[in-house]
Amino acid sequence: MTETAPVKTRKKMGKKASDRLWFWLFLMPALIPFLLMVITPFGMGIYYSFTNWTGGLNPTEWVGIENYRGLLTDYRFVYSFLTTGIYAALNVLFINAVAFGLALLVTRKLKLTNLYRASFFIPNLIGGLIIGYLWRFIYTLVLTRGLNLFDSSPLIGDNALIALIVVVTWQYAGYIMMIYIAALQNVPEDLIEASRIDGANAWQRLRNITLPLIAQAFTVSLFLTLVTAFKQFDTVYSLTQGGPPQLSPPWLMNLVGMTNARTVESTELVANVIYNRAFSFNQFAEGQAMAVTFFVILAIFSIGQVYFNKKREVEL
Amino acid sequence: MAQLKSFFRKFSWLELLALGLMIAFLYPFLIVVLNASKTNIAITDNPIALPTDWLLFFRNVGNIVNDPNLNYFQALFNSVIITTFSLALIGISAAMAAWVLVRTKTRLSMTLFLFFVSGLVIPFQIVMLPIVELSRIIQQTVGIAWKDTHYAVIFAYMGFGAPLSVFLFHGFIKSIPIDIEEAAIIDGCSKPEVFFRVVFPILKPIFVTLLVLNGLWIWNDFLLPLIMIGTGGDTKTIPLAVANFAGAYVIQWNLLLTALVLSAIPVIILFLFAQKYIIKGMTSGAIK
Repeated sequence: MTETAPVKTRKKMGKKASDRLWFWLFLMPALIPFLLMVITPFGMGIYYSFTNWTGGLNPTEWVGIENYRGLLTDYRFVYSFLTTGIYAALNVLFINAVAFGLALLVTRKLKLTNLYRASFFIPNLIGGLIIGYLWRFIYTLVLTRGLNLFDSSPLIGDNALIALIVVVTWQYAGYIMMIYIAALQNVPEDLIEASRIDGANAWQRLRNITLPLIAQAFTVSLFLTLVTAFKQFDTVYSLTQGGPPQLSPPWLMNLVGMTNARTVESTELVANVIYNRAFSFNQFAEGQAMAVTFFVILAIFSIGQVYFNKKREVEL
Repeated sequence: MAQLKSFFRKFSWLELLALGLMIAFLYPFLIVVLNASKTNIAITDNPIALPTDWLLFFRNVGNIVNDPNLNYFQALFNSVIITTFSLALIGISAAMAAWVLVRTKTRLSMTLFLFFVSGLVIPFQIVMLPIVELSRIIQQTVGIAWKDTHYAVIFAYMGFGAPLSVFLFHGFIKSIPIDIEEAAIIDGCSKPEVFFRVVFPILKPIFVTLLVLNGLWIWNDFLLPLIMIGTGGDTKTIPLAVANFAGAYVIQWNLLLTALVLSAIPVIILFLFAQKYIIKGMTSGAIK
């Protein structure tokens, strides 16, 4: 007895140590790239936004909140920030309305349902960059010279932002539609049938039975479309390159405390303005301060929206 | 004939609406394919006319395959290498991490799991500028090439893919009863054997979901390769090559449209074969 007890403990200790070893060995292949490629640059980015970093090897100095204070009077950033807000709001609205409409349509008893679903979904398989070039062709040549729907390309007029939203809706609606389809198929058939017998019309059935039961799909879809809208970069890069340039509106100049009108880019979204600021103007620290601001707002929106929707679901 | 008649009679107005919408959704693709078989002059002259000579498509293909700015086959090769290696490595590393995080019930493992998940709210935009500097630091301190290499991009995708992948594997592994693993240990399996022989095969459904989600993301991604490779790089992927080509000249529509067709073809072919998995993977990934 006295002989075996220490051996047992040692064995147990050995097992514990080996468990700990395996724990870290199994964790490392995912943890190391995550730490090095995501967390490290994230930390660096926050630090750089408080310095006069120029992206080169020049030593950087701490400048405090100088870059952030500069953003408030940076008319191009403020304009793109507001543009992104409008773009995101309209995008969420358009995509979800189209996607939900399509989902209602293809969950009816149609002959070629699967073909319709696949067709609506296909644009989503192709990357935003390719989609942007594709639609540049559609707007500049097909819809103008080919079909005579417009006199000049919508991409160079006042409605460039709407033109962009149409493209992104076309690309993304089929994906969101799939989420709504999955939810609609989970609505019990007999519940709908029962309400039909009780004399509810199509609108009442949708409003009082279907919608409350698929509330979670709305949460997911609104969140997904909002976040992807905020992060938009590729399609702008290839479709409009941020343009067309236009004269800044007077209210914008009042907002940033300037008197003379300047040029602003009408479809330049936050991601694009960050990229351009760094790589075209070499203002890395200013660009990074924008990125941090963008991150904070995105995080607040994401958390706030999920919280709000979760609360509403419970009430229903 | 009677069958055909009844088929058409049953075509409701909803069916017509769906059919019309389908044509509207597919029209952009159709018009691009048509114009990929024309000369540049014919396109600007009348972009909605049918091509006079369909074989012109192959001449356009020949032109862009040999174009030094596009270099289609090189770009295809780079995209395939980066996507396959990233997918395999993200899948295995995230599954391994998620497994030990589920099966080790300590405060540390819970914290590490939340640490991974918190990565979900980090947008690429906030790290893209520091990554430029980080690449330079890695290159100088470790002394290996970093910018414009396959492995650096794959390594970055492992990092950015980890949060969602660990999260999804974690949720799935929690639902697997531990008894099977305990039985394997009694039978004398070591830890790695338990994971690779017993657990990993069970993960197949969620693994497929992640292949779809990560695959489409990496294949179509533009911003990360733009930062880590650049449009002029040797390892440029298909989106980079197309951007490089489009930026090089005043747009030659016939060649650009052919390039668009060639870059869309691989994914569309894959979709036709694996439609069921792709749709299931994308929707279930979103809902979780």
